[in-house]
Order: sequence, then structure tokens, then C-alpha cells
Amino acid sequence: MTFTIPIDNGDSVKTAEADSQRTLYPYVTGTSIVAIKYKDGVLMASDMGGSYGSTLRYKNIERMKAIGKHSLLGASGEISDFQEILRYLDELVLNDNMWDDGNSLGPKEVHNYLTRVMYNRRNKFNPLWNTLVLGGVKNGESYLGMVSMIGVSFEDNHVATGFGNHLARPILRDEWHADLSFEDGVKLLEKCMRVLLYRDRSAINKLQIAKITEEGVTVSQPYSLKTFWEFKAFNNPTAGAEGSW
Amino acid sequence: MFRNQYDTDVTTWSPTGRLFQVEYAMEAVKQGSAAIGLRSRSHVVLACVNKAQSELSSHQKKIFKVDDHIGVAIAGLTADGRVLSRYMRSEAINHSFTYESPLPVGRLVVHLADKAQVCTQRSWKRPYGVGLLVGGLDESGAHLYYNCPSGNYFEYQAFAIGSRSQAAKTYLERRFESFGDSSREDLIKDAILAVRETLQGETLKSSLCTVSVLGVGEPFHFLDQETIQKVIDTFEKVPEDEAGEAGEAGEGEAEAAAAAAPAEQGGGGAGDQDVAPMEM
Repeated sequence: MTFTIPIDNGDSVKTAEADSQRTLYPYVTGTSIVAIKYKDGVLMASDMGGSYGSTLRYKNIERMKAIGKHSLLGASGEISDFQEILRYLDELVLNDNMWDDGNSLGPKEVHNYLTRVMYNRRNKFNPLWNTLVLGGVKNGESYLGMVSMIGVSFEDNHVATGFGNHLARPILRDEWHADLSFEDGVKLLEKCMRVLLYRDRSAINKLQIAKITEEGVTVSQPYSLKTFWEFKAFNNPTAGAEGSW
Repeated sequence: MFRNQYDTDVTTWSPTGRLFQVEYAMEAVKQGSAAIGLRSRSHVVLACVNKAQSELSSHQKKIFKVDDHIGVAIAGLTADGRVLSRYMRSEAINHSFTYESPLPVGRLVVHLADKAQVCTQRSWKRPYGVGLLVGGLDESGAHLYYNCPSGNYFEYQAFAIGSRSQAAKTYLERRFESFGDSSREDLIKDAILAVRETLQGETLKSSLCTVSVLGVGEPFHFLDQETIQKVIDTFEKVPEDEAGEAGEAGEGEAEAAAAAAPAEQGGGGAGDQDVAPMEM
């Protein structure tokens, strides 16, 4: 960045030194999250990759976590910021539990809390570099929402982050319908994840699917999708243009 | 209570383990005009007696909306009550803003109690001189709490505070077991009847009392004079002496003839009733 944004911490305007205190670029990032509402709750899928620029450096990162009794959080973007958010939410859930009064934070409350946090950080020019997906079920009602690093927040029946927005959402818009069964939901998510696997450079073939229902959260064991590379065009790719690669 | 050598500061214990200043603050609550609260499983009704400084002035506002799902009735130093209501509104709206969800009333009450406790443990403060009946709705249903200047809070099915509240409490004690399953209308009627108990002789008119309701699917709101008067009319024919028995079953059957003219034994209060206090 060639320009410095002055930070006013109440005393004087600081520049270069204070810059190192703000998030300027992400370093280790997770790619898309795809999530849909289904009959019993919400299904969410993510791969387990953590990219360091164009290097796929980490291949065992869980980007989906249970929050309290009723919510599931998935994150794409900077992994360290995701961990920071998990710490905030940990504290939030802890304080909620300490009340011990029969009230508990539902997915709507967590989503709105996160929206406030993300937006406030954006206003200080020090964003948490994530796009978060918050799904959950409380009192029989399913909830699915998203918050971006600039605090844009909304709810929908199906959401996707990053490349998922471009590659998965069109599929979901065509094929999602209310009251999907668990099997159909998983098939739909796998279809989206497969497209992402073929086309997103930062995706790896090791994914998890998480489910949240009234009973609670389950995150599947990591597994791989079947892929097909035997298309005729792949066999002799330069057939039509000798000399190219 | 008599003056003694341990009652000058709130931070001085008496040898018998009492904080007299706190107890004196609770006395202030008893000086205010009555406030009554009752709840069923799904609704909370708060009612109070409208007391005006003089015939010329309007009456004190004693019931405040804190949020759509929480209301509070106060008795005692109304200035303290107003300040605490503002605090409650602030807490409720901050929670709503952050979580897009109504603040559970049980948590609000604890915040309030903690705030009151602080004033019992600082030499440069004094306890709040107001008792608060907080009624509200949360995930576990309808609740009614009483917050005391001492920093204690209790949950009630029904309660009354302020002057002559004992009469209302006696009435409520007889009936509270049925409140849980009461309909909204019965709950309102019981609240107004309890208010009548505190008037002790004065004729009950809708201008003398304020009633508010909140419940499942029903945000906090005040009942208008007409509605209150209609409820009063269903039992007003019964003379005050027989309030106990007649209040329960049907209204004015054999009694109606004997008590056609409402009892005029109001005494000192009678003069005020000709000049209707200003509406809220």
C-alpha cells in the first residue's frame, strides 16, 4: 500500500508504526464455504485447506466450528482472524452460560453480534479479514446468515463465500428448494464443492460437511470427492494448436 | 424505627448487623402511592394509583415502558424511578441493537439489582429510594420481579408496593394461585380490583388508576380510560364492604339493589373526584 491511513488513538496521528497494528492483507486464507437450509436445519460444507498466498500450505484446517448449543460458524479468509473470532465467541458463550437462567444465545443473536464486531472493526480500518457463515436451529426455526469483512450482513436460504459466490450460488439458485432431505442436501453441497474443486485454485480435495439440527452440531470426518479427468480433450490438449501448452 | 447512632452513613453497620440507611430507603418506598403487578403464564399486568400533588396538577407517571416486552411500575422517589427507568431502557436497547433480540427480563433485573447494591456500599452515595415492579417476557415465559433499594430482587406471581399496599396484598394472596392460568381479561380485572383495595373507601374510577398490559404477542401498552372503566363497571355495583366475596363470583346480583348508589363514604378523597386529573 502506498498510502497510509492515519489512526487517531486519542493523542497524535500515527503512521508507519501503527500500520503494523492493523490488518492490511491476509496471509493464511481459507477458501469458500457453502451452506444451505434443509428440512431439519442447516448443512454447511468447507474444505480443509489453508493457503499461504498461492501455496497450499496447510491441509488440515477445520473452518467450521460449533458455537454454543444452537449455532455453527464457518469462515473463509484469514485463519488467524477466524481464531480470534472464535475467542470472542467463546467469551460470549461463557458469559451467557454463567447467567444460568434458562436463556441461551441463538443463531440470530450470534449473527448480529458478529455483524456488530465486523462492522466496528471495518470502521476502525482494522478489519477481521473473513467472510463468516452462521447457521443454526433454535426452537424449531432454522437460521442461515452471512457477514462479510466490511460488515455486510444478511440471511438467506443458501449462502456461499469467496469463489462459492460465483460458482456455487448459481447451482443453488437452480436446485435448492425448501425441505430438502439430508441426503439430497449433501448431494447438492457435494455438487457445488466438486465444481469449486475443479475451478478454484485454492481448493483441495479434502472436505467436511457439518450439520446442525435441533439436537446439535455434527461435523463429518474429512473425505474426498470423486473427480474425473479422463475427458477426451485432456488427452491431447494441444491437438488444435500445435506448439502451445 | 427510631433514630440511633448507627444510621448516619450507609456504610455503617449496626451491632445487630443492619444497615439502617438502606432500611430507611425501603421506608421511602412505602410512602409512595401504590403500584401493583400480577402475572399469568403469558401476560403481566401492572397497575397503579394516580396520585396528583394537588387538584391543579397532573398525576405522577409511575409506569414506564422499558421495551416492547418489559414494563416497570415504581413506588417511592419518582425521580429515582425515572432515572432507573432510563437506565433500563438503555440496557434493553443496547442489547437489542447488538443481538437483535429482546433482553431477557431476568438479566435486566440483575443489572438493576447490582446497580442498587453499589449504592449501599459507597460512602458518597445514597440508596435509590424507589421500589420497582418489573414485568416482562422472555424465553421461559412471563415474569414479575420486585427490585428493592437494598439491591435484592425477588420474583413474584403477584405483588403490591407503596402506601396501603397491604390491603392489595391481602386480596392478591387470596387469589394468586389461580393467576397462572388466568385469561388476560381476568388478570386485568384482578389488577383493578387490587387497586381498589388500596383506595379503601374511595370510589374507583378509571381516572384514578393506570393499567398496563404486556404478553405473548402483545407488546407493552397502556389501557385507555374507556377500557378500564368498562372493567370497573362490571363490578362497581358491589359495595366496598363486600369486596372480598363478591369480587370472586358474578357481579352485583342480590347486592345490586342494596347498593344502587355507589358508597359515598370516601371521606377526604371525595372532593378530588369532581376534578378529573389530566390524562397521561
